[in-house]
Amino acid sequence: MAYTLLGKNFTPPDIRGKVTGKAKFAEDFRAEGMVYCKLLLSPMPHARVSNIDVSDALAMDGVVGVLTADDVPAMEGAAQAILTNNPHYVGDPILAVAAIDETTAADALEKIRYDIEPLDFVLDPLQSLYPGGTNAQVKGNVANAGIPLQELKWTARDFASADTDQFPMTGKAVSEWSYGNLEQEFSAAAVVYDESFVTASNSHHSMEPRSAMSYWENGKCFLFGSSQSQSFMIPGLAAYIGIEPEDLVYIAEYCGGGFGSKGAPYPIMALPAHMSKKIGRPVMMRISRAEEYYLGSNRAGFQGRVKVGVARNGKVTAVDLYIVQSGGPHGGFPDFNSAAGAVSICYQPNAMQYRGIPVLTNTPPGGAQRGPGQNQIAMVMEPLLDKAARELGIDRLEIRRINAPNNDTIFGGRQRSVTSAYQTEALNKGALAFNWEQTKKRSGERNGSKVIGVGIGQAYHSAGAAGFDGLLRIAPDGRLHIHSGVGNLGTYSYAATSRIVAEVLHCKWENCVIERGDTRKHLPWNFGQFGSNTSFTMSRSNHAAAMDARQKLLEIAAAEFGGSADEYELGEETVFSKADAAKKLTYSQAAQRAIDMGGKYAGHEIPDDLHPMTRASATAIAGTGLIGVAKDNYALDGSPPALAAGFMVIELDTETGKFEILEYNGVIDCGTVIHPLGLASQVKGGAVMGIGLASTERIVYDPQNGLPANVGFHQAKPPSYLDVPSRLGSDAVDIADPQNPMGIRGMGEPVMGCAASALICAISDALGGHYFNRTPIVPDMIINAIAGREQSHKPLQVYTF
Amino acid sequence: MAKDMMTRFELYRPADIAGALDLVDKLGSDGWLIAGGQDSLDWFKDRAKRPTAVVDLSRIESMRGMRETEDGLEIGALVTVTEIEESTLIQNFYGVLADAASRVASPQIRNVGTIGGNVCQDTRCWYYRSGLDCYRAGGSTCYADTPEAMNREHCLFGADRCVAVSPSDLAPALVVLDASMVIQSKDGERIVSAEAFFIGPDVDIERMTVIGPGEILTTIRIPNTWSGATFYFEKVADRNTWDFALVNVAAAMRVENDVIQDIRIACGGVECVPRRMTVAEDIAKGSAKDEETAKLAGGSAARGAVPLNYNHFKITLLENLVMRAIRDS
Repeated sequence: MAYTLLGKNFTPPDIRGKVTGKAKFAEDFRAEGMVYCKLLLSPMPHARVSNIDVSDALAMDGVVGVLTADDVPAMEGAAQAILTNNPHYVGDPILAVAAIDETTAADALEKIRYDIEPLDFVLDPLQSLYPGGTNAQVKGNVANAGIPLQELKWTARDFASADTDQFPMTGKAVSEWSYGNLEQEFSAAAVVYDESFVTASNSHHSMEPRSAMSYWENGKCFLFGSSQSQSFMIPGLAAYIGIEPEDLVYIAEYCGGGFGSKGAPYPIMALPAHMSKKIGRPVMMRISRAEEYYLGSNRAGFQGRVKVGVARNGKVTAVDLYIVQSGGPHGGFPDFNSAAGAVSICYQPNAMQYRGIPVLTNTPPGGAQRGPGQNQIAMVMEPLLDKAARELGIDRLEIRRINAPNNDTIFGGRQRSVTSAYQTEALNKGALAFNWEQTKKRSGERNGSKVIGVGIGQAYHSAGAAGFDGLLRIAPDGRLHIHSGVGNLGTYSYAATSRIVAEVLHCKWENCVIERGDTRKHLPWNFGQFGSNTSFTMSRSNHAAAMDARQKLLEIAAAEFGGSADEYELGEETVFSKADAAKKLTYSQAAQRAIDMGGKYAGHEIPDDLHPMTRASATAIAGTGLIGVAKDNYALDGSPPALAAGFMVIELDTETGKFEILEYNGVIDCGTVIHPLGLASQVKGGAVMGIGLASTERIVYDPQNGLPANVGFHQAKPPSYLDVPSRLGSDAVDIADPQNPMGIRGMGEPVMGCAASALICAISDALGGHYFNRTPIVPDMIINAIAGREQSHKPLQVYTF
Repeated sequence: MAKDMMTRFELYRPADIAGALDLVDKLGSDGWLIAGGQDSLDWFKDRAKRPTAVVDLSRIESMRGMRETEDGLEIGALVTVTEIEESTLIQNFYGVLADAASRVASPQIRNVGTIGGNVCQDTRCWYYRSGLDCYRAGGSTCYADTPEAMNREHCLFGADRCVAVSPSDLAPALVVLDASMVIQSKDGERIVSAEAFFIGPDVDIERMTVIGPGEILTTIRIPNTWSGATFYFEKVADRNTWDFALVNVAAAMRVENDVIQDIRIACGGVECVPRRMTVAEDIAKGSAKDEETAKLAGGSAARGAVPLNYNHFKITLLENLVMRAIRDS
């Protein structure tokens, strides 16, 4: 279908502010009488704090207040607190001091006296599962979303069932599912691989640290924060502050990167609100770079084992997967479960068994990071597919086509269907751009100490949700105001999905205003901006609101000129009679008519099924124009997937363990492309992150004292400009999804995982198919592998260099 | 645990060396010298070092610029790493130094960081940098040299209670160029060879160089001994910019009729000081500049290495880099 706006590039309205420096991020705001707070962070990985004496600090000139754990809400179960007297990792905030400037606040922190009793701590989940092993929390060692805090230990027999270098497969799991006849499929398989693996935890490195500023005015709490999401933040954030959602004014117009870590409310964001309430002054909390490495959350690390059976024709027939997740002291995100779902959809095994445990560790809190679970497991699985291809004499592209998900795909423990899936097309498109048939012949090509490696990678993430609200207003001046509560994590999808409203209503983009980033702009209830869902979810709810406005415009014209609504049509910002184009109302006139007619047209009557937040927002703007408001009630049968394929060629130096990425092409299956430039940025940016995940990034802890080795960019090592290829290709399948009114699905996460796994496969290919059982693959691992030396780390060791 | 918030200090900005020497003499161990600040500010922000007075040398014009002398080149200690990298004089005659400069940190840091600061920078041992009370910080233990310690980036040679390494990329280049370091104090001037300038924990566990309180590195002199020689520099780090070397190698050699007449090789990242590869040099000297010599010399490079639990890869890397210095130069 030909669109006027969709599928075309445009300049999102927030770009000008970003490139001119005028954009205001959380720490750019100021308020009369504002003071600054600094945090006292735990120097120990697990401890009990008592006898806090703040008198010397409070006696200092310029110090205005102290906030301790006693001043903030206590948390249930394993949940993370805003402040705690029972810190669970080095860097866990114990208390905060507010002062007239940050130096004074930091000086005051040094005057605080307290007793701190070290408790046993644990970094390695398998050690915590060992009989008698340490629990990261006093009350348990296992927890996650929907899994209450509990103590779980495997038996000595479980551990004895495997070599020390192998992951034991008999221990009790807390999450499990299976389908098909596993035993039968394994016995019929032509090849079976059984590999233990470790995927390292890594940091989010959000460029903007999670600073926040807050004050109270007329009973309302004003909070300026850094988040990917907008409306979705309100209920949880209000709960952290201890107020009703309607009493929170939340401003988050810009977000300097979150990558999943700022998708949902996080406890520390509420701290300035509590401090401000206590001292009666506006409070700014600037989080430093080092603090961001403590508070900014980490991708979960995995220890696991996977057994894969492949038939002679290349079909993956059986998978037995066990994952133990290292997710910080509060459980983190359910990466482990997501990983299993990804294996099921990406390889379509006839039979699969999955077991998983989220184990608590005394490391910074785990959090969702772009493709949480799916991207780690892609790096484990894709090189195994190559192994099978080599052994069975099947082309590595072909074996992926053989197993590729399509419209008939059923996956996961619940055996869900998909809305549509075109991974074969993604592979074909990528292969063509990459010239796979020729490029694959370069595999193993030598040039002195250098050798060529070629790899294909794939990844998946779910790509949409349903049931949220859309809200818009056509003002009497004729301008279209699109109210978007989704947030702005930096992908510009808030803007791209707003264009759907303009498309449906035949509005010029220049006449549209996106209302966003501030509760006071009367925003609808929208999902959080995470999980690759925005394009799918927001396009549905915006479409619903636009269709509501469309119908109202037609009815207003019918009321004006006679006849029924279906005798009218929209075009060029007018509603006109199909029979007599002279009978028309401009949107400006129609908006005025809507105000005059009142009722549903002006938003005085709104649908009953709207979320209370949308109801409040629609009510607030009622009577100011033509109001379009609706809940997304479109049918959704199955799960919308985002599937990606990446093709990479590297030149690896066998004498240094370093490699250069010569070329990369990424292709995404995400339905209709709505913003080509945004899509290209995602595919390329995702590739850069994926390169880091596969080859440079991991967090390291000293097992003796629980100290982190990486609390700066240069230590945590996200890839630099010189570590990524100068040629990054991107493309999309661009086949419409039937369950989105515009054919759109999301895409942000698998474009990282496909690049990460393509790189892992390319490194493996350069080394003749060597399987590392660990990510990232860093130079010392490559050097040791080539030299035939043992690796420095033990096979299942975690948080090592 | 304080991070990213400096303590207050007095800032002095002398306009000449005499003024600076007066200050460092007066301040003694309370004073801290700063030029580009790229190493110092991290220490201050972490409150791991708390000088009460900081002497900023950046206004001393006489410490800027380079000039050719009868027997070589004089480089002011305030010359930025970018200036070294971009100097055609250095590129044409002392290319190993320009190459090394091009691999220091990142362009932004090179624009601000100075050659003097680069060679005086402190080690990057992450335990020490965390502010722990290790030997180097005046304490009585080493956190990096234990069976469980995360010591991938630590030394192969010269461990003496401390296992930290020299982080500088310029240092090995200056060693192979046989540079001299001009150090001034109220008592006058002393000149120390680059090789002697850097000191290990066996000499002084709390310092990386011979510079003591009251002294300032003002000038670096490069003799023309190696002018126009055959050079090689390579740095292997996890990332290709803004990263410290796992191992780096610098080499200077005179080659006639494919025979190596003379050679100096030094490596960083393997010892607390840039390590001269004297055995490899001996093997190469008088030998054909070919694959066989390169392999033989490279194979000798790690002799005597005592790897820690996580850094035995450095043995292979060191051997390979020394081999490449001869083979690929």
